Amino acid sequence: MSTATKTRREAEETPRAVKRVGHRARAQRREAIVLVIPALLPIIIFSVIPLVSGVALGFTDATLGRNAEINFIGFGNFIELFGDNRFWGSFGIGVVWAGAVALLTLVCAMGLALLLNSDLRLKGLTRVLALIPWAMPPVVIAIVWRMIYNPNSGPLNGALEAVGIPGVNWLGDFSTALPAVIVVGVWAGIPQTTVLLLAGMQSISTEQHEAAAVDGAGAFRRFWHITLPGLRPIILAVTALDFIWQFNSFGLIYVLTEGGPGGRTMIPPLFTYLEAFRNREIGYASAMGDVLVIAILLILSLYLVNQFRQTKGARS
Amino acid sequence: MTTRRPWYATALMYVALAGFLFFLGFPLLWLLSASFKSSGELNSLAVNLLPAEWDFSNYRSALERQNLLPAAGNSLLVSVATMVITVLLSMPMAYALARLKGRLRAAGTVWILTSQVFPSILIIIPLFLVLRSIQLNDTLFGLILVYVTFTLPFTLWMLQGYVAAIPTELEEAGEMDGASRMTILRTIILPLLAPGLVATAMFTFVSAWNEFFLALVLLQSPEFYTLPIALRSFLGAEGQMQLGPLAAGAILATIPSLIIFTLLQKKLTGGMLAGAVKG
Repeated sequence: MSTATKTRREAEETPRAVKRVGHRARAQRREAIVLVIPALLPIIIFSVIPLVSGVALGFTDATLGRNAEINFIGFGNFIELFGDNRFWGSFGIGVVWAGAVALLTLVCAMGLALLLNSDLRLKGLTRVLALIPWAMPPVVIAIVWRMIYNPNSGPLNGALEAVGIPGVNWLGDFSTALPAVIVVGVWAGIPQTTVLLLAGMQSISTEQHEAAAVDGAGAFRRFWHITLPGLRPIILAVTALDFIWQFNSFGLIYVLTEGGPGGRTMIPPLFTYLEAFRNREIGYASAMGDVLVIAILLILSLYLVNQFRQTKGARS
Repeated sequence: MTTRRPWYATALMYVALAGFLFFLGFPLLWLLSASFKSSGELNSLAVNLLPAEWDFSNYRSALERQNLLPAAGNSLLVSVATMVITVLLSMPMAYALARLKGRLRAAGTVWILTSQVFPSILIIIPLFLVLRSIQLNDTLFGLILVYVTFTLPFTLWMLQGYVAAIPTELEEAGEMDGASRMTILRTIILPLLAPGLVATAMFTFVSAWNEFFLALVLLQSPEFYTLPIALRSFLGAEGQMQLGPLAAGAILATIPSLIIFTLLQKKLTGGMLAGAVKG
């Protein structure tokens, strides 16, 4: 930023300075190339090229065989995919999973952030505990929760049985598997969202709250009319990103259920992974990936349109 | 807050806080206690948060019999290498992103944001084919290369923020003295960037240490397994799994990232929580 103003200032001085600036701009560009290349090369080789070829693979019949030929088959995969109920089923489960986790995480994190932002004791302990899930490897999170949900030795069934309620096979039962993994997703997602909301709350001036309190507004009304509108941009951004991350997530559910029972927790990335690396149909799996990208871009554009409208509204 | 709350509201808030403490804390305590329980106690439905008998053999068993030690070695190697390479590669580019304007910066920002939302499953398929064709799949070196690329976007983003916080006047002063760009970078920017570099490096280490999906796709030979993959592989069939050593292994896998995260937490959240401590 300040480089820009400096060059402009110098350019206005004398014609000789203009010449020097032109020379410097070229030197700067050369420097930029030198600085950027070390990181740019691996990015292009291992990220941009795979991304582009990943999209392209969706239009081929590629399989995982070592010397298998790759043929361009146009929209063949997509036509087949259109009628593939297993994929659309997983798509629906993915939307339910990501939507439920994003919304429940938001609600829980909001509650926790409000508590941490108030004048209660025990906040230090809560803060430390609340951050630990953030540091835990997802595999470890999945292992802990598998232990908790275990029908024969888990504390959840242990507690139920102690009060005389028969235990449930939480991750193995058709009706409880998806809610059970959603709870784990929320547990793992609370820390990050809480920290972001808390940061947002602390940027809202306390004077507004105090003025409203003097006017006789209760805690709930102050939350509804001051805190919530102030947090709106953060809430929108966090929820949109969280939805996309959860929709793309893999490790947690893979270790918890591997998509079972009977596909009840089979979210799209998991389904795509199995199609590519177990069924070895990488062309078809890439087509699934393409559909997922389109879906994510649609969600993202919805979010951006909303952002755009908001900034326009704020300006007028 | 200046207003006085009615007593029942305060009570309700403490109940909610206790609820959160229990929900967030219980799984961790359960894992910790499971790692010290005997297999007999672990296979019963008794809800004891403290082991009836403290059994310390789970840790030894996890390291010796379940072969977690070599996996921990692999994880350490991969994480440290990823950390060093990522930081070295991203330092100059982050500087460029922070200081230069125009299309390069815009393109960099767009790419960084894009990489956060694209499903990694779409990238890993062709990446697997590329690595296989140069015979780097199922190697730790291949995994490191992939980790570097996947951690670069966020690393660049973090570092360029730290660079942007360094006032340009300092560089201009160096320029006045006739120092070359590289000298300025080395003698002025690098020392000021050091705390940011440390934070970024730690973050990269934790990302690589915790990563599961890419390792699952790229590694097939058990001798190359990283800790997350090794832990997952000894989950095995539900009935036969050895819960005690598994819990011990899970604890061991968490400790390094927990330590780093505790150190890093303040930097990562950048004082976000400072107000919460002050109350």
